[in-house]
Amino acid sequence: MSERTPMIEMRSVSKHFGSVIALSDISMQVYSGEVMCLLGDNGAGKSTLIKTLSGVHQPTHGEMLLGGEPARFKSPAYALDAGIATVFQDLAMIPLMSITRNFFMGREPTVGWGPFKRIDWKLADRIAKQEMAKIGIDVRDPSQPVGTLSGGERQCVAIARAVYFGAKVLILDEPTSALGVKQASVVLRYIAKARADGLAVIFITHNVHHAYPVADAFTLLKRGGSLGTFRKENISREEVLNMMAGGAELESLDAELAEFQRSDSEKNADTEETATASKTRLAAGQ
Amino acid sequence: MKSSASPQADAVETQDERIQKVSFWKRALSRPEFGALAGTVLVLAFFLVAASGTGMFTPAGIVNFLEVAAQLGIIATAAALLMIGGEFDLSIGSMIGLAGILIAIPAVEYGWPLWAAILLAFACAGLVGWINGNLVNKTGLPSFIVTLGFLFILRGLAIGVSRLLTGRTQIGGVHDHIPGDWFASLFSGEVATGLFAWMAEQGWIATNFAGNPVVTGIPVSIVWWLGLTAVATWVLLCTPYGNWIFASGGDANAARNSGVPVHRVKISLFMFTAFSATIFACLQVMDTGSADTIRGLLKELEAIIAVVIGGALLTGGYGSAIGAALGALIFGLVQMGIFYTGVNTDWFQVFLGVMLLVAVLFNNFMRKKAMEAK
Repeated sequence: MSERTPMIEMRSVSKHFGSVIALSDISMQVYSGEVMCLLGDNGAGKSTLIKTLSGVHQPTHGEMLLGGEPARFKSPAYALDAGIATVFQDLAMIPLMSITRNFFMGREPTVGWGPFKRIDWKLADRIAKQEMAKIGIDVRDPSQPVGTLSGGERQCVAIARAVYFGAKVLILDEPTSALGVKQASVVLRYIAKARADGLAVIFITHNVHHAYPVADAFTLLKRGGSLGTFRKENISREEVLNMMAGGAELESLDAELAEFQRSDSEKNADTEETATASKTRLAAGQ
Repeated sequence: MKSSASPQADAVETQDERIQKVSFWKRALSRPEFGALAGTVLVLAFFLVAASGTGMFTPAGIVNFLEVAAQLGIIATAAALLMIGGEFDLSIGSMIGLAGILIAIPAVEYGWPLWAAILLAFACAGLVGWINGNLVNKTGLPSFIVTLGFLFILRGLAIGVSRLLTGRTQIGGVHDHIPGDWFASLFSGEVATGLFAWMAEQGWIATNFAGNPVVTGIPVSIVWWLGLTAVATWVLLCTPYGNWIFASGGDANAARNSGVPVHRVKISLFMFTAFSATIFACLQVMDTGSADTIRGLLKELEAIIAVVIGGALLTGGYGSAIGAALGALIFGLVQMGIFYTGVNTDWFQVFLGVMLLVAVLFNNFMRKKAMEAK
């Protein structure tokens, strides 16, 4: 597996904002046909990392390789052209614009020439409808505003758009965090489909039940640095959960951990240090 | 439904049938300019009754209120595009004053050909728009504040430059320079004069004592207004650039992340509003033959009123150029209607304010409706 060329690779990438070191020495490889799950608490640098990947920020040090070739993106438009599509959690769609207008935003199909170049609405509407149908969402009228769609459907429009425009790398920023169970499963199924289509997917989430079924590998970020990448076969769901709950800082967070593990074995909580005894009692007393 | 459908309709896919269920009214209601259209019909109906027999709806009267609407409509079109793009321009009115000075002084005082003076005004307007756009982009300040600054800067410049170079704030005598200047003639006079003469011959429109028609043609400002509205509508609805305007105003971040050049779009929109103010100034200077530093006072607010009546959202991302044109038409109808009906013109402003509030409330309501699942 490691002999393959990664679809996208970061080599010792750092990003500084003035005196703030937002990312330091991050290395990561993502292969096509794989889902890399990015874990980390708030402020760990997940957002900076994906914004660096998608061309919003430029790395201060280090380099990025796309398909083995060094890549540097001046703006999101360059990253898009190179095949890196990012679906941001809440910034993906413009509610007042129609599905078709959103779908083709920035890359409208045109007919005609010179000053008479115009959007090919017939083609655009048909493609938008088609692509949405492919992921199981039946759009009655692609000219209806995106605001009339549910949250999961909106995420799917954004993902379908990225896939349609030939993305090789798909970056998803907490696509399921605001969604209900059923809607999240729609998005997850679509992520699995994108992986099967050979895309390299970088998936950020706080929900292990969303992350574990679709991910092939996990990278843990903490305070701007990487704590390592773990293959799914080498790590259990509980270990991922622990990493998400604080990783190496586990000992100092055992009160919370006791909460998580209470249902499995309440005895574990009883043997914790005395410093957390009061919290444990609280938990046991419920 | 089924029983009334023709055999051909049954043959069409079942999916199309569901689209049919979205009634014509609901579709019309979800268009941004619907409110303005309803308002225009109401106002028109009102004055057709109230001002009947006063000459408001004779050819001369119609040209009168259309000319008022046209002048406002020209800047309202640009203001509409800018507002859909998510920004304001409060410097439009001052730009009108400055552009007038920039046309009149070189032509009258320094003997420039008029076309060169007009080009100078357009170049300065482009620069002002470019600075406005860049300041808004680079600083991230609300365009309200940036262009409020330019409202005073440009007005002050107009007065200062004019007094410095000529010692006056009014420059007359532009009329002498118009004949033979093809570029200036784009902004002066009337079109379709032959048609109107012919219609007068046929007895369709009234003639004066000399046998000439009372209305000799369509003022060129009306042509500019309709032309700009048509072009702006086409750009908004049919071109990628139009989609970028909606996207930039709807959510600049989302647009940028999708590869839309938001900064370039906003700069070009600010330049367009400054250009529209210059067109306004050209028409006014050619029409009156003079420039005055206080011209265009409060025009920026009137333009915003027309745009909002036309269904645009102050927050951007939603609106229409046709709506802005209708807003300007309502403006013209009411202003001239009040004059013709003999109501004290003081009431015009009251009506304008009420109209604005009603339009905003109506727009808010319609936006909520549009967001509901159909």
